[in-house]
Amino acid sequence: MTLHTPEPGDAARPAAAARLVYAKPDVLRDRSTHYCPGCGHGVVHRLLAEVLTELDLPSHTIAVAPVGCAVFAYDYLEVDFVEAPHGRAPAVATGIRRVRPEAFVLTYQGDGDLAAIGTAEIVHAAARGERITAIFVNNGIYGMTGGQMAPTTLLGQRTTSSPNGRDAALMGYPIRITEMLAQLPGVTYAARGTIADVASIGKLKAMIKRACQVQIEGGGFALVEALSNCPVGWGMTPQQSIEHLKGPVVEAYPLGVIVDRGATVAPTLDLGCPAPAHPEA
Amino acid sequence: MTSRGRPEVTPAPTTAEADAARRARVLMKGNEAIAEAAIHAGCDAYFGYPITPQAELLEWMARRMPELGRVFIQAESELAAINMALGAAATGARVMVSSSSPGISLMAEAMSYMAGSGTPMVLVNIMRAGPGLGGIGPSQSDYFQATKGHGHGDYRVPVLAPASIGEAMELMADAFELAERYRTPVMLVADGILGQAMEPVELRFRTPERHTFDWALTGASGRPARIIKSIDLDPEVLERRNLDLQHKYREITRREVRWESWQLEDADYAIVAYGTAARVARSAITAARERGIKVGLFRPITLWPFPERELARLSRHLDGILTVELSSGQMVEDVRLAVEGRCPVAFHGRMGGLVPTPDEVVGALKALKGKVDRARPPEHRDHTPPVTHWRESEDRAEAEPWAHERARRGGRR
Amino acid sequence: MDHSVVFAGFGGQGLLFTGQVLARAAIKDGLEVFWIPSYGPEMRGGTASCTVILGDTPIGSPVVDRFDAAVTMNLPSLRRFAPRVAPAGLLLMNSSLLGDEETGRSDIEEMHLRCTELAALGGDDTLVSVAALGALVARTGWVTPESVRAALREMVGKKRPEVVDTDLGVFEAGLQAGAA
Repeated sequence: MTLHTPEPGDAARPAAAARLVYAKPDVLRDRSTHYCPGCGHGVVHRLLAEVLTELDLPSHTIAVAPVGCAVFAYDYLEVDFVEAPHGRAPAVATGIRRVRPEAFVLTYQGDGDLAAIGTAEIVHAAARGERITAIFVNNGIYGMTGGQMAPTTLLGQRTTSSPNGRDAALMGYPIRITEMLAQLPGVTYAARGTIADVASIGKLKAMIKRACQVQIEGGGFALVEALSNCPVGWGMTPQQSIEHLKGPVVEAYPLGVIVDRGATVAPTLDLGCPAPAHPEA
Repeated sequence: MTSRGRPEVTPAPTTAEADAARRARVLMKGNEAIAEAAIHAGCDAYFGYPITPQAELLEWMARRMPELGRVFIQAESELAAINMALGAAATGARVMVSSSSPGISLMAEAMSYMAGSGTPMVLVNIMRAGPGLGGIGPSQSDYFQATKGHGHGDYRVPVLAPASIGEAMELMADAFELAERYRTPVMLVADGILGQAMEPVELRFRTPERHTFDWALTGASGRPARIIKSIDLDPEVLERRNLDLQHKYREITRREVRWESWQLEDADYAIVAYGTAARVARSAITAARERGIKVGLFRPITLWPFPERELARLSRHLDGILTVELSSGQMVEDVRLAVEGRCPVAFHGRMGGLVPTPDEVVGALKALKGKVDRARPPEHRDHTPPVTHWRESEDRAEAEPWAHERARRGGRR
Repeated sequence: MDHSVVFAGFGGQGLLFTGQVLARAAIKDGLEVFWIPSYGPEMRGGTASCTVILGDTPIGSPVVDRFDAAVTMNLPSLRRFAPRVAPAGLLLMNSSLLGDEETGRSDIEEMHLRCTELAALGGDDTLVSVAALGALVARTGWVTPESVRAALREMVGKKRPEVVDTDLGVFEAGLQAGAA
């Protein structure tokens, strides 16, 4: 995204100086982040801040922070936050959801948190159709602890705990957890986007917005997976990491809306039982 | 700060009224009585997972909570259950979880987070025999876990141990009150017998006063955002957080110790026991007194904070102490720490789901007495009766037979 | 003075229920009472059982070594509990299933009761435990028959009011057999 700054004497755009094209949403706190240079978390934070602001949500949002690089998310987003134990954010959010029907409930998790240690919690929150919005940042690595292999690490990818590359015979295969979750009738919306380029960022924002609207409209579980990068963990420059993200990562994790069952649409899967009742729907 | 929440004192009932009340008592199963007491205490949300021998508690909540428009979730695991509780409690709701020993191990992680972040919650452990999957029989082998263990880090949680179903009901209200007053998880531990048995109870309930919490997450509307967390990567800051916690624990230790004493006025020996073991001890004490052994009961009601000062004071006037537990001997370590060698401390316990019989306990008592007598004949001993001024009877104890000599260390010292 | 009784037999013979009827009756008589189902290590050997302890002071030990009375409704429970009846205690045997089974104990009172036939007399031959309860109450006098009737009306009436009279009838049949 480039910012055009009108220059004196630019006769072609005399009034453009008054047109604001970029501003920090109020909900984004005015401080620099602890994220490494080139990290995608900042982009996702900003998109989230924009969407929360556009939908007028910050004053009644209760968010759940994960364990992982985004553990300090509450330092950047000016909304009420509770810190969850590693992987438990969807359970914590469930508790909030049920006692605070009026709140907007948001979780923010990384791939180690959501797709490894917290697999049971995310699956069952989705199965219950909890009316929460889950943001899932997938950069295929444990960044916070020094770049170890994650459940989403690509085959062949070198990490500090797969020094010779991820070997399927020994370490299994990457998990496409968003596709897995999309099978569940409790999931109203599941989509995967990426921060890899400007066009993708715009699409990712639309996905996040949709996932928030689902909750506002009384739908079930909504999840957006954001494919992101980890230049430090991947051992690349930020630019190389973006190229890697656009290439093999996106190839392994296809982009797009995986399911959108509408806000209150009944499940498409015939499970021989009634549609899940959303407690506050 | 909250009020002490002392029970209201009602005029003493007439004999006829008392008798009528006695006959009107209701037969309730421990698990169900605990659940109902929690409901009356204002529990907004319950999260659980089935495990024997506490399943009836979950089932009771499954029926009652939705009836009352409150929250019940059968979670996918104990891990999820307690984290749901964490989330709900973070918004200021009055929350509870329950499980039995193996499930409590799974809940340990979140206990640590909740203690660290100051999130109130009540946790009930209907203890079964371990280690591992163990068995479903009654046990007190989670004493270490409850009072010193569960999660990581420098923290404590108040632990309440009822010896009857009626007392368990009373303590549920206290548990919620303590949790909110001190912003801490509070545990109530009972062995499987108390969960499974039925006893007559009076349907007298107490709802602790509701407070608006200046820390609860309700949405940052017209105020700065609030954060409930336990992380602090700056060691200086984290040490301050820990010092605050320790200050809180000192305050709890100063104000919230509870215990019961029975037949200690003229006692040469005391049995120290809690929960079901204390009931066995009572039967044993009656039998031992018939055989001329002057023995009484010291029953900790708070396992943490342990009534160590009271026991220390008592031990100066005793020839010996027998600790009885449904374990290999866990609380006995705290007994010995409190007694500091002032008198011999013996132990008798059963494991694996077995319960010591009164006869066994009398046998252990006689063995202790034999040792003491051989070491120091009775005529050489100072027979000062134990001082009794430290006992403070509770007003509410009148109506509850188990608690008639129960005392609680209050701010009145 | 505490009294303890164990009700033991097959699951489905109504033993836990009958123990609760006795416990409720005890409350109505102003007694203290403790009811505990077979649970944990007690639950083996083909028996379902519950123990009821009654007394006029708070019940101490919930675990009983020697029972003042045992109601045994099948062979495994007879084998298991006959040796645990206290001297001079009462052993009530369901002879509809147990026939003339011997215990070899001369220091206790043995009472053979054809529970199925007695229950049939009252109107429902499946209510064997209620018949046994009648005999137990008649023989021990631990609780008043009136309190048992009230407890039965409450407990049965709540779920199946149409069979209250049958339960009361079976209880009376047991009461008479016990008094004989």
